Amino acid sequence: MITVENLTKYYGDHLAVNDISFEIDEGHVYGFLGPNGAGKSTTMNIMTGCLSATSGNIRIDGHDIFEEPEKAKKLIGYLPEQPPLYMNESPLEYLRFVGEAKGLRGEALEDQIKEVIRQTGIRPVLNRRISDLSKGYKQRVGIAQALLGNPKVIILDEPTVGLDPIQIIEIRDLIRSLGKNHTVIFSSHILSEVQTVCDRILMIALGKLVAFGAPEELEKQFSSSGSIEVTSDADVGKLKQALSGMGMISAISAKTLSNGYSAARIETKHKDIYAVSGAVFRACAAADVTLLEIKVNKADLEDVFLELASEKGEVKRK
Amino acid sequence: MTAVFKHELKLYFHSLTAYVFGAFLLVAVGIGSMLYNLSYAVSNFEYVFSYGSLAFVVIVPILTMRVIAEERKQKTDQLLYSLPITTTEVVIGKFLALLVVFAIPLCIVGIYPLIFMQYGDVYIPTSYGTMTAFFVMGAALLALGIFISSLTDNQGFAAGIGIAVILFNYFSVSLSEYVSSTSFGSVVAFLVIIILIWLLIRHITRNDNLAYGTAFALIALLVIVYWFKSDLLEGLLPKIMTTLSLFDRFSVFINGVFDWTGIVYYLSVIAFFLFLSVQSLEKRRYN
Repeated sequence: MITVENLTKYYGDHLAVNDISFEIDEGHVYGFLGPNGAGKSTTMNIMTGCLSATSGNIRIDGHDIFEEPEKAKKLIGYLPEQPPLYMNESPLEYLRFVGEAKGLRGEALEDQIKEVIRQTGIRPVLNRRISDLSKGYKQRVGIAQALLGNPKVIILDEPTVGLDPIQIIEIRDLIRSLGKNHTVIFSSHILSEVQTVCDRILMIALGKLVAFGAPEELEKQFSSSGSIEVTSDADVGKLKQALSGMGMISAISAKTLSNGYSAARIETKHKDIYAVSGAVFRACAAADVTLLEIKVNKADLEDVFLELASEKGEVKRK
Repeated sequence: MTAVFKHELKLYFHSLTAYVFGAFLLVAVGIGSMLYNLSYAVSNFEYVFSYGSLAFVVIVPILTMRVIAEERKQKTDQLLYSLPITTTEVVIGKFLALLVVFAIPLCIVGIYPLIFMQYGDVYIPTSYGTMTAFFVMGAALLALGIFISSLTDNQGFAAGIGIAVILFNYFSVSLSEYVSSTSFGSVVAFLVIIILIWLLIRHITRNDNLAYGTAFALIALLVIVYWFKSDLLEGLLPKIMTTLSLFDRFSVFINGVFDWTGIVYYLSVIAFFLFLSVQSLEKRRYN
């Protein structure tokens, strides 16, 4: 659907996007994740033809965005970071203009406008001035504009920024429902948001694509540093001895708790953390150590995100 | 293009802009025709336009200041870039909308000669010939205004620069008499112009090398011409000022000659500035 090849963008001497390549398939919701200033907006602006690239290619359904901009742009609906609204108009006038500019006329135009009004739920404010609308409604009008012309791909740049929690949930639901009929790409710097809404994640840090895949895949791929915590009523020495015999683990620390029980923390680099926890259980059973509690700490996306972002040097851990 | 055209037109008539522009133009022409045609009982309607053309200094910048500057400020230019229309269509659509806003009050003015005809001898061909030239010259100034608006995201700044440029153009013929006509005087004046060109190129393209390169090439050319053929530069600046004056060309029409070269000149000015506006918009994508 969308192919991005070796995309690079310099602003003067500043390297904003550094040799990014990826491919986007039809019919998924893609999350574009990265800290502020990572190059998300720049990449989206280039993908939608609003900005030129220093080098690299972008093809939308086979149409190069720089060579055949009109054909390519017809396939994309774009909501920039700041919704591009004419403040003195009503949403209806605004949508009519955008629809006509997208080449819709007559009945097709009216039908499309009705459809996007229904999808975004902006009927109550249809004849008010856009400047008087709340931020949530402005955002919806912006999304409605992107939906006009029924484009295959919808690109939304940080659609939930600055909204209240209820509006955020509404916009997320809207994105999810759009994902049924469109390919949706949206950017965010909030991990939980991307995790709940998307089925594919692109992580970008300092202009480089650092990870790309389904959320579970990414967790699996990067959950190299899990840990297992166990509590036992045996004494510390016995517990430690029981555990030290097994493989797959990189470090053990054990101590006696204030309530008399002993606890151990096992660090592992093993890919499958449950294989390790199973081995811990069997090792303790063989040594006749009773396990009172066993807790598995998987590395989640938050860790992956922080790890990847901080690897690049700029983002500090919380 | 039609979408942009209709949208712009709606914008002008929703806000006060179109009405203020029309009222201003009608007042200027009205006062002119009252003075010339009614008080002095002159039957030449074309003289009124020589008076009316002064109004362009104020009304053209008022009309054109927001055209592109406002899109930038509201970030709606991003919408225009992402829509499946070219920047050429955007600029031409906007220009055509401005022409309509300009043509409507002019149509009302078009009735005046017919009214005066009932009471005296009005020579119709020069009246309407001058009115046509008045429209085409106005269109050229509107194209200039669009270009100035495309350089900034500040409406006030666009209006200020617009007024200054059109005012200078209006008086450039009278000023040219005071400009030194010696070849050295021309060199100094051209150096100033080259510096202005350098600043303009740097502002639009943000490319230092291109700006310096152009400036140095022009300075080198100037020095060579001054060295070898300094008589070429004699009186060149006043001549250029007169040639570039849109208002000076217009006086030919007022004197009763329908000068086709003047019309072609105005049309090329329109094409030139619309082209520059498109480039200025396109350039924004490359920064």
